[in-house]
Amino acid sequence: MGIVMGTFSMQPKQGGFRKDKAEDELEMTVVCHRPEGLEQLEAQTKFTKRELQILYRGFKNECPSGLVNEDTFKQIYAQFFPHGDASTYAHYLFNAFDSGQNGSVKFEDFVMALSILLRGSIREKLRWTFNLYDLNKDGYINKEEMTDIVRAIYDMMGKYTYPVLRDEAPRQHVDAFFQKMDKNKDGVVTLDEFIASCQEDDNIMQSLQLFENVI
Amino acid sequence: MAAGVATWLPFARAAAVGWLPLAKKSMPKPPSDNKSRNDEILIVNVSGQRFQTWKNTLDRYPDTLLGSSEKEFFYNEETQEYFFDRDPEMFRHILNFYRTGKLHYPRHECIQAFDEELAFYGIIPEIIGDCCMEEYRDRKKENLERLAEDTEAEMSTDAPLPPDSTSRERLWRAFENPHTSTMALVFYYVTGFFIAVSVIANVVETVPCRPPKGRVKDLPCGEKYSLAFFCMDTACVMIFTFEYLMRLFAAPSRCKFMRSVMSIIDVVAIMPYYIGLVMPENEDVSGAFVTLRVFRVFRIFKFSRHSQGLRILGYTLKSCASELGFLLFSLTMAIIIFATVMFYAEKGTKETNFTSIPAAFWYTIVTMTTLGYGDMVPNTIAGKIFGSICSLSGVLVIALPVPVIVSNFSRIYHQNQRADKRKAQQQDRHSGSQALCVRNRSSFEQQHHHLLHCLEKTTNHEFTDEHTYSEVCMAESVGYRTSRSTSISSHQGLSTSCCPRRAKRRAIRLANSTVSVSRGSVQELDTLHIQKSSIVPQSRSSLNARTQDLKLNCDDTDFTAAIISIPTPPANTPDESLPSSPGIPSILRNSRQLGDCSGSFTHETVKISSL
Repeated sequence: MGIVMGTFSMQPKQGGFRKDKAEDELEMTVVCHRPEGLEQLEAQTKFTKRELQILYRGFKNECPSGLVNEDTFKQIYAQFFPHGDASTYAHYLFNAFDSGQNGSVKFEDFVMALSILLRGSIREKLRWTFNLYDLNKDGYINKEEMTDIVRAIYDMMGKYTYPVLRDEAPRQHVDAFFQKMDKNKDGVVTLDEFIASCQEDDNIMQSLQLFENVI
Repeated sequence: MAAGVATWLPFARAAAVGWLPLAKKSMPKPPSDNKSRNDEILIVNVSGQRFQTWKNTLDRYPDTLLGSSEKEFFYNEETQEYFFDRDPEMFRHILNFYRTGKLHYPRHECIQAFDEELAFYGIIPEIIGDCCMEEYRDRKKENLERLAEDTEAEMSTDAPLPPDSTSRERLWRAFENPHTSTMALVFYYVTGFFIAVSVIANVVETVPCRPPKGRVKDLPCGEKYSLAFFCMDTACVMIFTFEYLMRLFAAPSRCKFMRSVMSIIDVVAIMPYYIGLVMPENEDVSGAFVTLRVFRVFRIFKFSRHSQGLRILGYTLKSCASELGFLLFSLTMAIIIFATVMFYAEKGTKETNFTSIPAAFWYTIVTMTTLGYGDMVPNTIAGKIFGSICSLSGVLVIALPVPVIVSNFSRIYHQNQRADKRKAQQQDRHSGSQALCVRNRSSFEQQHHHLLHCLEKTTNHEFTDEHTYSEVCMAESVGYRTSRSTSISSHQGLSTSCCPRRAKRRAIRLANSTVSVSRGSVQELDTLHIQKSSIVPQSRSSLNARTQDLKLNCDDTDFTAAIISIPTPPANTPDESLPSSPGIPSILRNSRQLGDCSGSFTHETVKISSL
């Protein structure tokens, strides 16, 4: 009986250790990040003060700590695409947004990216898109990277599509893309090739204007 | 969808720029956002306490009072605020729900008041957060039990019956509530007396009386005065039978009455007598007959009609069924374990009482309940050790569920006391009338659908649902040429598709009546609640119609169906003509006529299901 009581009394101490570690972790995650001042952000982006205020209020409501890490980002993005699996594409998006490559997106990153995407010039938007496609950020898009991206986009569609999604659909899509974009047929697409090709395509040019009134 | 996700939608839409170079087709035009860009602060005055919040905060939940245009009814022009004559304390929680997306239940508030507030503001209680859900459910259950008690009490009020009630109804009333008339009271006491007499007779007839002359052995009184006891028994049974038949006759629902516990007790109480009459004086059968007489003791349960406390006890046991079950189960487990152990521990001893494991069951039960008769005791040391462990654990196992049962009993008992003390009038129960839920398709949904549409264009595939997918898989190129009627009807049956698919579009086109399929159903985000069923088919398919905003009937106040138009991609529009399906032309023709009634939003009830 004494042994039993002894073993029972030992438990709380271990629990205490575990609790300390948990508290430490908790402290680390509650690191708060505050963005730079409103004027600075207004200068750096093409948003008005009003718009920045609205954006920040929403952002702060969702992420009181001021930082979005990749898992949260994936969860949020996945909510918009309930049909399929948005996690791969969200991962690529996150890398594109996370300019400092430190695993978390701050409000400034968020707002800068939005500024480019919504208010930037055609060239800036295309450059951002190129950056998104260029997974290893080496300045070239090769077929593997493109296939990964396209496959991730098709993943978001989910299983139930019409027409039925075939396995070679992403590859065909990539081939068509390279056909169009790769001017010198060297197997990779550079930024200039990309921008030039896009500027030739009216569809893309038109579509780029679509999202301007999102905010 | 969580309120906050709406914040991220612009972000997701902006990120759609990344799809553009890949898209094979051009993107659809985005929905135009009519709402003013500037976010304004609204003042909500609740009984003098002013709450201020952003308009966007309230718009997060368009299917509630504050989120929809229903709040305009409460708008005060002079003070430029929304005035609600409700409890400001409760409103705090309601407003917090809009702000944080989580509804909390304040523990100190009355559950009914809270429910009423929720119903007023159009918020369904199911979205209470996990932190408060437990408490809410417990209180709700308690309240419902109390209300059930009330209904029971009300059903048997002392109010006089309507004059045109039949004699049967009056008889039933007399039985259920003896205080209504003197006759009923007399009958009540007479039956009570006879129950007591019958029970005492049962008891006394087994007491040994002095033997009559000529015998030596003591005789039970029942055999000495057998005639007297028989006469008494007969009289009691006659009274009970008469009472049972009267009750059966008077009962409003005979089947229900026959199934009720009290009537079963009545039957069990009087059956042995009749069976005894019928049965011959046979040696073999009389043994069984004797057993039947045991059932006469059930007459004591008839007292529960006369005693409130007995009924409470019965109800408590019923409501604690799960705890009792657990107690029983854990005891059984423990009994089996310890009996086995004791049997094997005592196996070696000569002339031991522990002859088998079932024999050891008796020892275990007696020990665990701390009775300790001493008819079976362990002799070996191992047996004694295990025996002591057994008795210690018995205390624990029994002590655990008992407080739960006790607390249940005390709660029910107190409730009963309250019900007795109260002289309540009929409560107007809030009969579940839904708050007028006027909704409009929120711009969030429009934009979300535009985003999904862009994705479709990028990949040149369309979202569809499982059903259509399997259809298409099976029937390849022929599958989608279904008839228009089935397409529209199956459209209503779909629950998960984003857009009713090409199948419908092609079929409709084939039938030479084109309905452009835009972001038709929004079923993966919300389900359409049907208010006027007659107009439903039209309204559902009308979502497909390509028109500008319009109203179905300008003068029809209870149902207006407007159609939010989402401009379709240019590739699909050129050959569109006015659809000839029965419902839609009338809508469109009305639109031409009622040009001045444009600009209103859909007034269908839309319930946003959580993602």
